[in-house]
Parts: sequence; C-alpha cells; structure tokens
Amino acid sequence: MSQELDYLSRRFAAGRLSRREFLGRATALGVSATFANSLLAGAAKAQTPKRGGILKAGIVGGAATDTLDPAKFIELMSYFGKCWGEFLVALTGDGGLENRLAEEIGSSKDAKVWTFKIRQDVEFHNGKTVTAEDVVATLERHSNKESQSGALGILAGIGSVKADGRDVVVTLKEPNAELPYLMADYHLVIQPNGGKDNPAEGISAGPYKVTVNEPGVRHGGERFANFWQSDKMGFADQVEIVAINDTTARVSALQGGQVHMINKVETKVVDLIQRVPNLKVEALSGPGHYCFNMFCDTAPFDNADLRMALKLAVDRQEMVDKILRGYGTVGNDFPINAAYPLFPEGIEQRAFDPDKAKFHYQKSGHSGPILLRASEVAFAGAVDAAQLFQQSAAKAGIAIEVKREPGDGYWSEVWNKQPFCAANWRGRATQGWMYSTTYLSTAPWNDTHFFNERFDKLLIQALGELDQDKRENLYREMAVIVRDEGGTIVPMFNQFIDAISDQLGGYVGRVDSLMNGYALTQCWLEA
Amino acid sequence: MLVNSPLVRLIAQRVGLGILLLFAVSGLIFAGTQILPGDVAQSILGQAATPEAVANLRRELGLNDPAIVRYFQWLGGVITGDLGTALTTRQEITVTLMPRLWNTLFLAFWAAVVSIPLAIMLGLLAVRYRNGPIDKAISGFALASISLPEFFIGYLLILFLAVKLQWFPSISTVYDGIPFVEKLKAIVLPVIALVLSVLAHMMRMTRAAILNVMQSAYIETAELKGLSALDIIRKHAFPNAIAPIINVVMLNMAYLVVGVVVVEVIFVYPGMGQYLVDHVVKRDVPVVQAVGLIFAAVYIGLNIVADVAAILANPRLRHPK
Repeated sequence: MSQELDYLSRRFAAGRLSRREFLGRATALGVSATFANSLLAGAAKAQTPKRGGILKAGIVGGAATDTLDPAKFIELMSYFGKCWGEFLVALTGDGGLENRLAEEIGSSKDAKVWTFKIRQDVEFHNGKTVTAEDVVATLERHSNKESQSGALGILAGIGSVKADGRDVVVTLKEPNAELPYLMADYHLVIQPNGGKDNPAEGISAGPYKVTVNEPGVRHGGERFANFWQSDKMGFADQVEIVAINDTTARVSALQGGQVHMINKVETKVVDLIQRVPNLKVEALSGPGHYCFNMFCDTAPFDNADLRMALKLAVDRQEMVDKILRGYGTVGNDFPINAAYPLFPEGIEQRAFDPDKAKFHYQKSGHSGPILLRASEVAFAGAVDAAQLFQQSAAKAGIAIEVKREPGDGYWSEVWNKQPFCAANWRGRATQGWMYSTTYLSTAPWNDTHFFNERFDKLLIQALGELDQDKRENLYREMAVIVRDEGGTIVPMFNQFIDAISDQLGGYVGRVDSLMNGYALTQCWLEA
Repeated sequence: MLVNSPLVRLIAQRVGLGILLLFAVSGLIFAGTQILPGDVAQSILGQAATPEAVANLRRELGLNDPAIVRYFQWLGGVITGDLGTALTTRQEITVTLMPRLWNTLFLAFWAAVVSIPLAIMLGLLAVRYRNGPIDKAISGFALASISLPEFFIGYLLILFLAVKLQWFPSISTVYDGIPFVEKLKAIVLPVIALVLSVLAHMMRMTRAAILNVMQSAYIETAELKGLSALDIIRKHAFPNAIAPIINVVMLNMAYLVVGVVVVEVIFVYPGMGQYLVDHVVKRDVPVVQAVGLIFAAVYIGLNIVADVAAILANPRLRHPK
C-alpha cells in the first residue's frame, strides 16, 4: 500500500493527479483523510526541485560505434539525445502530448496538412535562434529517401515541408491524424539547419550542452544557460551517462553511489534491489511487448488453423509469472495494451486452451515438429519462454522444437528472415504508428508477413479519422483482425524496470525507461 | 663484425619470421571478418532500420566491391600507417582506437607491475620452503585463484570492496583529464582481478623451473660450500631457470593485453576488448581488422621478446665457439 501511496504522491506532485483525485484514491486505499492531507503537504514540499550537482545515469546499450548524429541514434544515444536535444513535442505519459518547440499544432479537416507554429526566442547552443526553417530542414533531412535516418520509416508519408513565417507546414501524401505524435520520435532532434551541415556536432536547444562524448564509455553535458524552459528542466549543473552494459555492474554502480539511476533491471534481481535500503525500483507498464512471430505466407504458418492452434497453446499467465516474475501483463495477440491512447477495451482475453488448440492443430493437417528460434537478445528470457511454450504446446499434442540462435547477428539473420522466431517491440506512441510500422502490408518491418486488405483499409481510414471515438472503433476492429488472423503471438507485455537512488528527486514513471529519457533533465539531487 | 655474429642473425631471423607471420595473420583476419554472418549496414542502423536506409548505406560504404580488392586496399593502407575509417562513425580509426589502446596498456602495465614480481617472489619462496606448509599455502592460493572464473572473482571484489566496504569504485570508467590518483583508484579492482588470474601460471612455472635446476650437481656443490638456501636459489638456480620463466611471463603479458574483455565488461573499463566487441556487433569490419592486427602484433612481438630473451639468457648462444 505504501508503494501505491508513494506513487500517488509523486503523481500529484508532478501535477499529473488533481488534489481531489489524490484524496479520493488515497482514502480508497484505507488512509484517513487527515493523513492523506498531510501526505499531500509532504509530497508538495518534497517535490521542490533542488538545483546543482552532477546527476549520473548508468544506461545499457552504449557502444564505441555510437554517434551524436540523431539520425543514427540507437539505445543509449536516445537517452543522451533527450539531454541536449529539443523536440517539437514530447509524450506526457498519459496518452497526451506536450508542446515543446511547437507552440501550437493545427491540421486541415482531412488530417492531410499540418501546421506547427514554432515557439519564438528559443536559442540553440550555438547562440542562433530556432526558426521554422531549421525545423523544416530537420524534417527534410530525416525524410529524404537517401537518408539513413531511423525515422525515415515514420516520415515516409511526408509529401512536402515548408516554412511560412513562424509556421512549419507539413503536407502528407496520405492523411494521418496522429502526425504530431510521430514528432516525438527520439531521432527528430531539431538541429540548426536540420543538421545538414554537420549532423554530429551535437547542437540543439535542449537543457544541456554536450561537453563529453566518448561513445561506449560516457557522455556528459553542462547546463545551457539560455535554455528556454529553465524553470521546468535542467536542475543539475551537469549530467552524465555512463555506458554500463553488464547488468550486475549497473546494479553495483547504483549501490556504490556512482550513478543515481539505472535502466533495464532484470526481473530476477528486482526483489534483491528492493531490499537495499537506499534504492528504489520503478516498474512501469508501457507499450513494450514480447512476441513469437510467424510468417503468414510461409508453410506451415500459412494455415490459419495452425496459427490459431499455436496461439491457443501458449500459457500466458505462466510466462508472466515465470519470465517476467510478475512485472508485466498477459498479451492478447495484438500489439496494443492499455498504455496506448484509444485502447479498445473489452476484447476477449485469449487463454491457454489445450483442447481447442488440439482441435485447430488437427484441422490444420500439419504433422511433425515446428521449429521455433529464440535467443537472449530477442528478449530477456526468450529461450526460457520458448521452452515454456514447447511444454504447454506438448499438452495440446503440438511438437515444438526450440533452436537457440546466437545473439550476435540475430536481428539481421533470424528476425524477419526466419518464419517462426522470438522478438520484442518497444512499442510506439500511438496505435496507428505501431500498426503502420509492423502490420501494414507495405510496412518496413512487416515481421509476420501479414497481408490483409481489410486491415490495410481500416488502418488508412483510422489514420484519416480525426474523431477519436470513430478512430477507437476502427482500432478495435483492427485489433480483432490481428488477434484472430495475424501471425503474431503476444504472450506478454513487459514492464520497464528502472532502479533509482533515494537521493534522486522528481522521478515519475512515464512512457518508457527513465521517464522516456527525461529523467536526467527533470529529476534533481536531494540535499 | 656485429652483423656477422650468430646472435644478431638469430634475432633478425626471429623478427623476420614475426613479420611474415603478421602478414599471414592479416590474411586470416580479413578472411575471418568476411565470413561473419550478418550485414554491416543492417547492424549499423539496428533493428529499427528500413530496407531503403540499409540499401543506401551499403552503397555508400562500398560493400559491393569484391573481397580481394578490399583486402589489398586495406593492406596497402595499413602498411602506410593508415588503419582506415570506421564504417559506423566515419571517424579515423586511429583517433578512436589510440585512447582505448592506451587504456588497455595502462591496465596491463599495472597488472604486470604487481603480478610479475609477486609471482616470481612467491615462486622463489615456494622453492625455498618446498613441500612445507608455506609452499602448500602459496600453491593452494594461486591454484584456487586461477580456478575461479574471472567474472566470479570480479563480482566478489565488487561485492566486498566496492559495495560493502565502498573502498573503491565498482565501475572503472577512466577518461581524459581524470586526475592520476583517481585513475589509479579506479583500476584497483580490475588490477586485482587480473593479478589473481595470471599469478598462478607464472608462480607455478617459476617454481617448476627452479626446482628443475635444483637437481643439478652444482647446486649440491653450492650447498656444500655452505651458502644459505635463498642465496643458492637467487644466485645459482634462478639465473639458469630464467628462460622458461621469461617465456611464461611474456605469455601472460600478452594475455593481459589481448584477453581481458571479460574483466573490462565487468568493471566497465574502456579498453580494447569492449571496443572490439562493440565493432564486431556492428560488423564494423575495418575496426575489427585493425584491432585484430594490433592484438596479433602484440602477441607476436611479445613472443619474439621472449625468444630473444631466452637466447640472451643462454650462455652457449651468447658466447658461441
């Protein structure tokens, strides 16, 4: 209960919960009104940001090959990008958007032409003022067909971008009601002249200026004196990210006080960390999920009954209990959960049903073992999960053969190449974005080879639909199609697990690990 | 006259063979990096890359040239001191590699400074008190430390010295401009882990080599002369056992430079091992080749040093008839 209260207090302090809501939910937990009120006062006091100090994070996924060019950000660099980069918008964590460099966002009635009014008097680290032209150049660089940007896929729908005074006018090839969300993508750091001159110079308008850039070792920044929003972000004098890929090393660095926060805590050590007095574990339900992908166009998975048999042969709860150790929720064979805005409630939860699985399996006419490939890099515990799957499927008379693949080269040689393998998705900010990334027939990573005309039509319709209720209904129909006909088995949604030191103030779970990367800029050092 | 001395000829021969070997190794390294599964472009851009972006990058990196052409281009560059440009970062490899190499050498140096004298001293002590409790204790400790895997020793050190006692930092991130004392403090734990893992080999070899010599008749003579046991070992046995000891010391020094990736990962030490692994993962072939070549050069170089030292230590070779 105290954890729950603690969480509510922090939500309140961060302004994500109203006073009335807080009192209501606190008393629902069995707390007296007086105590709840005193908690409120305490929460407000404890949450006064303190300035100064060096805030440090130990983050996984840094490599000597990393670069400051936002187009090539992966893993650790996306966190550093949030320290020095500034974006048009940011995700708030409750399905909404916070305007950053975009002061106002408007669209035409058909969601085809979008206008972003750029905030005035914001300064880049090099002293230049951020203009609509810089934003246009940034979007051009990332959406250029020749570009190697990780954001190329999501910006491919852009027809033209032009500046009009303070406005950036984006004209799309197809309507997209969710375009503003796409602008929160971590690659889309606004750079002077879009980074066309020198993409890796590390200049933007974020709260910290890049001072240290040693890829694979550490990255650091010092507070940017002319940051436009200095009352809300950038409390520490300096921030530092240390690349720590070894899980045990990450935890011990936190315990030894060398860093104040770490990401990707393994579920098997969470309980141990919770017992350390000055540390706290922060688990957050996000859109990330673990899955087993079947190619819908490759035998034997081109048979709908076989796909259904395999979906019914997974014991989801067992996987959540044993693989995630409770830090997650069961999946329902479509890639969306309640972390998404407009989540379609009320779709029946698929459960482990060996009899029905056996029925569909026999109906498919398939015989012989089915090869499932897995590796630890697919997701933590993927090989174990594949073996659990093997055992539960055996109860339905389905033989699965698990092949452990080397982690090195898994994403280029196995995933999206082999017809049945384990994978994970970190999720996207919106359903339309997620579906167009992986389930649309023409999607860049259609990793289940899912080609469904009806689905494609619904997706395009949903993206052009500005009315949220109507869009939610379209999403419901799409979810059911993927769930029943698709090639993905989603047994579980994993939580993002961070661990923080009690010296850290201002931490609020939000979207992804370490407050979606904003923890270094929005937290502070207590005392 | 010097040129004609058989000693110089022997040394020149060793060095020449070493260079030939290095060429052969360069061919192997190149072939090895070509058969790595996976695609450079895909690995650089990560799981999140679109096929178009991958195709763009492949074209730009010149990955469509035949392998043999790329080998000779590379070799030509290496001979003229140009290791090439990293595919991933487009930076000159020398620029990013040198600090890492320096770090690795720094760590290896301190591990060697501690472990070599310690191993030889313990070896001498073990011989002096052979088969007694001191010998047994030294051997037992050294064998136990070599039997435990490095990562286990590393985690034990972190648990006790960094987390519980908080004497030393658990992560050894060193960087440009770090004060020297801080830097030494940062590498204490990895140095201890490395010392423990190389100590036994050198110590046991010292002990065995000296014991071998101790059987000789001249040792008996020395004993009969009334020299003290330690003097006999120091003055008469050790100099004649030096060749095999130098050999094993060099082998371990080579290991300290090229074989410490596990220790680097555990202590988050920015050395060559992690640098190499990062680039293998991204299929950044030029960097992998450069590192492979440097590792091979270190290995071959130290072996030449060992050979030459063994020759110099042998009076029959030093003073030919």
